[in-house]
Amino acid sequence: MTPRLLFLQGMKLGVPVVITAGPFGALFGALAVDGGMSVFDAVLMSATIFAGASQLVGLNLFGQHIPAWIVVLSIFAVNFRHILYSASMGQHLSQWSILKQAFGFFFLVDPAYAETERRVEQGEEIQFSWYMGLVFVVYVGWVAMTFLGAIFGNFLENSHAWGIDFILPIYFMAMLMGFRKRPFWYPVVAVSAVASVIASYTVGSPWHVSIGAAAGILVAAIFAPAARGNGAGDVSEPLKLEGDV
Amino acid sequence: MSATFWIIIGGAIVTYLTRIGGHVILTRFKEIHPRARAGLDAVPAAVLTTLVAPAVAQGGPNEWAAFAIAVIAGLRVSVIWMVVIGTVAIAVLRHVSG
Repeated sequence: MTPRLLFLQGMKLGVPVVITAGPFGALFGALAVDGGMSVFDAVLMSATIFAGASQLVGLNLFGQHIPAWIVVLSIFAVNFRHILYSASMGQHLSQWSILKQAFGFFFLVDPAYAETERRVEQGEEIQFSWYMGLVFVVYVGWVAMTFLGAIFGNFLENSHAWGIDFILPIYFMAMLMGFRKRPFWYPVVAVSAVASVIASYTVGSPWHVSIGAAAGILVAAIFAPAARGNGAGDVSEPLKLEGDV
Repeated sequence: MSATFWIIIGGAIVTYLTRIGGHVILTRFKEIHPRARAGLDAVPAAVLTTLVAPAVAQGGPNEWAAFAIAVIAGLRVSVIWMVVIGTVAIAVLRHVSG
């Protein structure tokens, strides 16, 4: 397939992401301006950080006379999960040049990671053009929706009634279900779910993400068939997903 | 430039470090132990779960019902339809229950 076609193929996968994450971009823009941030700063934040949850957390702290380094540290804490994405995805990008890797990783948001892992499962190569098509749409959509939210402000006033706050959990669940054919999926999900819920009530956000993820990963590292065997239950073997997307 | 500007830049730098960091650390190892590989294979399930479970647990009956409807639908339909069905379900339930 030509790079052009791959780019278009990636773009197509980005559209549902923009539809589901877009309202949050707009919500962020609206809340940012509402909290006294300029439209420029709101758009700059989306364009340079490009990570919704951490932007909303940062926004919450801006108004509270909290030292700058704590705000930055909080953003780091919320985004810590990307280290795991990066380690996991990097294995499939060995044919990319260092420059392409350095550029590509800037755009490594949750859906980009999930779509990439799905593609790996389908036995496909992760081409730079395909990946850039995907993240191009997501990035432009995110920044544009932030801008629109910042300009038009309160059009999301009734976001709770419309279920906007629940779109992302459902979307992440949909992504999660896409991996259910993976060996050891159920134990990992069960352990991570219990650990993250307990951590969210005890330690609190955003650490529940890292704690819950660490618990599931540890269980896989200790008990998964692939962790014990020399080749038995080879996990690098591509799995066939049920025909959705 | 304002303090806000520099906080945003600082946030952008640390975020980029998380996105490149895992790969940079991992490439320092010649071989990946089977346990580490099994752990890495569990990353999507483990991390995505933590983005879902607490949000659902902290919801109420409306959220639980809508979530259940979405999951059942998700066994049959694609990602985007699962999101549409789940969102319509939560909106309807919230309107009905006030």
